[in-house]
Parts: sequence; C-alpha cells; structure tokens
Amino acid sequence: MTAAPAHPAPDAPAHPSADPGREPGTALRRELRAVHALVHRDLLRLAAQRTHTALMLLQPVLYLFVLGGGLAALIPHSSLGVGYQTYLFPGVLMMTVQAPAVVVGIRLITDRQSGYLRELLMAPVSRSTLLLGSCAGGTIVSTVQGAVLLGLGGTVGLPYDPLLLALLLAGMILASFTITALSLMLAVCLSRPETFHMLLGLVMVPLLFLSGGFFPLENLPGPARALAAVNPLAYGVDLLRRCIALWVPDRATTAGIEWYDWQPPLLLEGAVLLTTGVLALLWAAHRFSRPE
Amino acid sequence: MQPPAAGDDARTRAPLLTAAPTEPGGTRSAAQSAYAISTRGLVKNYPGPDGTTVHAVRGLDLDVRQGETYAFLGPNGAGKSTTVSLLCAIARPTAGQATVAGADVVARPDRVRRSVGMLFQHSALDPDLTAEQNLYIHARLYGLRRRHARARVTETLETVGLADRRRAPVRTLSGGMRRRLELARGLLHEPRVLFLDEPTTGLDPHARAQVWEHLRVLRDLHGSTLFVTTHYLEEAENCDRLGIIDHGRLVAQGTPLALKSEIGDDLVVLRTGDDETARQVVGRTVPPGLVVTRDTEGVSVRVPDGSAWIPRLCAALEAHGIAVRAASATPPTLDDVFFHHTGRSIHTPQPHRTPAAPAPGATTQATEEAS
Repeated sequence: MTAAPAHPAPDAPAHPSADPGREPGTALRRELRAVHALVHRDLLRLAAQRTHTALMLLQPVLYLFVLGGGLAALIPHSSLGVGYQTYLFPGVLMMTVQAPAVVVGIRLITDRQSGYLRELLMAPVSRSTLLLGSCAGGTIVSTVQGAVLLGLGGTVGLPYDPLLLALLLAGMILASFTITALSLMLAVCLSRPETFHMLLGLVMVPLLFLSGGFFPLENLPGPARALAAVNPLAYGVDLLRRCIALWVPDRATTAGIEWYDWQPPLLLEGAVLLTTGVLALLWAAHRFSRPE
Repeated sequence: MQPPAAGDDARTRAPLLTAAPTEPGGTRSAAQSAYAISTRGLVKNYPGPDGTTVHAVRGLDLDVRQGETYAFLGPNGAGKSTTVSLLCAIARPTAGQATVAGADVVARPDRVRRSVGMLFQHSALDPDLTAEQNLYIHARLYGLRRRHARARVTETLETVGLADRRRAPVRTLSGGMRRRLELARGLLHEPRVLFLDEPTTGLDPHARAQVWEHLRVLRDLHGSTLFVTTHYLEEAENCDRLGIIDHGRLVAQGTPLALKSEIGDDLVVLRTGDDETARQVVGRTVPPGLVVTRDTEGVSVRVPDGSAWIPRLCAALEAHGIAVRAASATPPTLDDVFFHHTGRSIHTPQPHRTPAAPAPGATTQATEEAS
C-alpha cells in the first residue's frame, strides 16, 4: 500500500480511473469526510455571515440585560433565592442555542428547494450520513454561539470556574443536539419553509415561556406544568440551572422539571434529552432515506 | 531503456493496488472496453395525479461508447431528465437495467455515483460561500483527502477559467460563471462519465459558447464521456452521436450526419410570381410521388440532390412564363430529422416551457418532466 500514496500527484492525471487520493479511505472514512464537509460548510457560513450572527447573538443579550435588568428591581431575591438576572441566565443560554439549532431544519428545506440538496444526494455517501452531518454542523454552530454568551456569566455573578464552564458547555451541546435533531425531524416531513416558519412562530414562544427560563414552573397551573414536562427546552434549562446549582450551592433556585412531584436526577434529565435527540435523528434519517 | 527494477516494480504494482479495492481488475477492463453507458428496456413510472401512472421512460435501449459526446435530444417533458436521474442512480428504475461506468445502477448505486459527474438543469451553489469554498466542500463530500481536495479545487477552477475569481462569493458571479463553476464542481472527483442536463439553458450566446468550449476541451484532452441533454439543435449538431427521445421512447439514434442523410432529400424552396401555378408545374417536373407543398415561404419540395434540380425547375417555370424570384436548396437539418421521427418540430412551443422559478425539489422536478 506504500506505493500509491508515495507519489499521488504525478499519477493523478495519468490514471484518472485509479481513484487517486481516495484509495486509502475505507467506506467509513468516506462517510466521515462527508460529515466533516457538512460541518465545515456550516462553520464557513457562520464566518461568512458575521452580521447575521451578531444580530442573532444580540437578542439574548438584550433579554438578559433589558428584560432581566428591568424585572430584577421588581422581583425580590427571596422569591427565587437568587437575583433575577442570575435566574434568567440559563434561559438566555437556551434561547441562544435554540435559534441556530432550529435554523438547521429551515436550511434543509431551503436547500431542497434551491436544488442544493440534490447536489448533496449525488455524493456517494448514504443519506443518513448527510443528515448526521447537518445535525453535527447545527450542534456545533449552536454551541459556538452559546459559548459566546457563556462569557457573560460574570456579569450576573457566576464564577469563571473552568469546570463549571465545561459543565455548562456540555449541557449546551446536549441541548443543541436535541433541538437540532427535532428540527431536522420536522424538516424532513415538511416541504415548504413557510409551513416551518408558521409552526415555529406558533410553538417556539410557548415553549420558551414554558421552559422555566423566565419564571419558575412550580407556580404554573397543572396543565401548563404537564406541557413543561414534555418540553425539551425545559429540560435544557433545568439541566443548565442545576449544573450551576451544583457548583454554587448558594445560588440554588427553585425546582424545575417534576414528574408527579418527583424531581428526576440530573443525569436522568440529560439521558432524557439525549434519548429524545437520538430517536428524533433516527426517525428523521429513516424518513430521509426512503427511496423515491 | 529499462528503468531500474525497483521503479518498474512500483509502477506495475501501483495500478493493481489502486484497482483492487474498487473491483477485480478483469471485470473492470471488460466494462471499460465496452460502453460507458448501456441500458436495456429501461422503464420509469411515477404515480401521477388522481391515482394515474405517468410513464416517463418507456423501454429505453441506449449504448454510449467510452469517450463519446452523446446528445440526448428531445422536447421538454420527453423524459430526458428522468433518464439522466436513472443513469446517475438517484432514481430507481421501475424495470429494465442500466450499466454506467461499469456498474449496475440498481445493484451498485454508490459506485455509479462515485464515477459519474452531474450538472443539473437547475443547479445550485451555496451563494454565501466563495467559489473555492463551494468546490472544497463538494470535494470532501466525495471523499477526497484534504490535500488532494485542495489540489483538485485549484485544478478545476483553472480548467473552467475561474482561477481569478476563486475568492469571490458565489452570489457576485454572473450566470455564465456560475454554470462554469458548477461544471468545475462536476469534475472534482474526475468522473469517467459526465452528465449534463440542459447545460446551457438560460445562458446568453457568449456564455453558451464558453461552456461548450470547455466541454470540447474535456473530451479532447481527458477523453471524458459526455452525456448531454438538450433541446438546442445546434448543440446536438456538435456531438459525436445523438439520440432523439420522444414520449419516453428513443425514436432515432446515430451520428448527426447519418441521421440527416437517412432523410436524404434536400428541401428546395422556390419563390415565384404565381406560386399556385408554379406548384402544379413543379409537381409535373419532379419525379412522380413527391409531395409539393405551397405555403407563405413559397413552393417547396423534397428531392435528392436538390441544388441540381434548381436549374431544371427554373427552366420549366420560365417556359410557363412564371418569374422565379428566389430559389434555394437546403440539406436536411436536425429539425427535419426530428420532424421525420416525431411528426412535429422541436421548436413547437410547449406549455411548460421556461421554468422561471427553480423546480422545488427532485421529486417535483421529475413529475414536471414527466407530465
């Protein structure tokens, strides 16, 4: 096997059928390169659309300082255990990661409409790989944006402890993955971006409000709490909030998710998120791989 | 003359090793010696509206040789795009078989897709990324290693003459440049067969000529097999061979010259002072059995060796006192060939001509083509 890679360039034009530059790649490697290509595309797009990214990041920052700052004066410390801005922080992190994660689904639909998806489907990799690549790209882009917001933790009184930051980052990766997978699952079922936008407008605001990011869920009426218990955003927010509580016990706040008055442990919450994401992705891959 | 033993050894070993992972050498060389594309009884049906079935392709037998430029000529909706997607293994045939670049499209779609390149009718690039970035991502999707991918991006950009625009975002490129960039994208993985679905639709004549120039270079320098669908007759004329498809069936196949000489007869058109009388005179002069027609263009008749007939016809008309204003003899065109085989002109306007908006997705595209 040493002969071929030793001088690939001079051989390339002479033997076009000899698959130059590809022969050491096993099937798996090929699929991984395709996943990497799609992640690379997402990162390049992120770099190319700086204004768009900055505006997307501005929204959660405004929530944190304008809404958070305004309400902090009204809400006494005693009701939440912490200042309102500190309380709001996990919710703002979730807000930051959900937006780019949801965009992945919209892009799948617009790619399908523009014909770009067909170009992707021509590639000699399985369709599931393409979906996995989109999901990985969305997860990474969302996490990158969330990490930027994480830098603001100090302004709401969180310590810049590397372990806490790593824990929060891990929580955001998990939440980003699940939301991206759910968004892709929706996207493979819908054919028009307008429908997707309408559905988002209908669903996202209640989901955000029922995530426990803005106010504690325990004060909500029963049906709303039941809805919150199946809201992936609520699990994400709760996960992040409890990571913070784990680190700074004096910042411990009220309970979030409860199943019949029982609070699931942190790891179980993470497992629920992960399972939801994996199932959504598997189902989306199954739908997406159907031959025409 | 003999190279050193080690070098010789390496050289004989390298092709063997590189060929081995893809398939046993024997079958590959056998397939290579035969046809680049070969189909037998290829059929594709789509479920149409109201439970009907749309027969997009009905029993296609095609043979395209290695290194040949083959034009697939037909009006819109004849089944061209459907055939191409079957040959590229993006759609599964309902029946029949097809071998492309030595691999069966049903049994080994992955291998077919690896060895073919495709330029879609409504192609798409990522407008926010640069020309270079678009190509690099595509090269990686096709499994090229990083360094090789970068090298191929540079090479193909040079091939299509866009090396100076490599860092330009795609949205700033003109239509012709985008088409050439798409051509470069199709060439990244050095396909053995390149499919081009209406490669020049929507381009101005200058850009069209440029695209064809690049295609000719590809054929001449790299010996690529090109399969071009088109409804431009002048483009089909440039190809080595062409097939005419109508209603999902191949109605004629051959070199442009052979197809035209099959019709054989030149079209002689005379413009006279009195076309109606002239028609009768011409009808008596030419061999019996030929149809003489009269329309706004004048009196026309198809005869072999038409230019030799003009003086005789003129003399006959002069004898009847009819003034001949103009006379012409035209050898048969591909449109005549098309008319001969399908009973209508390819230029007959179609209701769903000019797809202004890009077709939404592959499936709708297919049904649009089929309907």
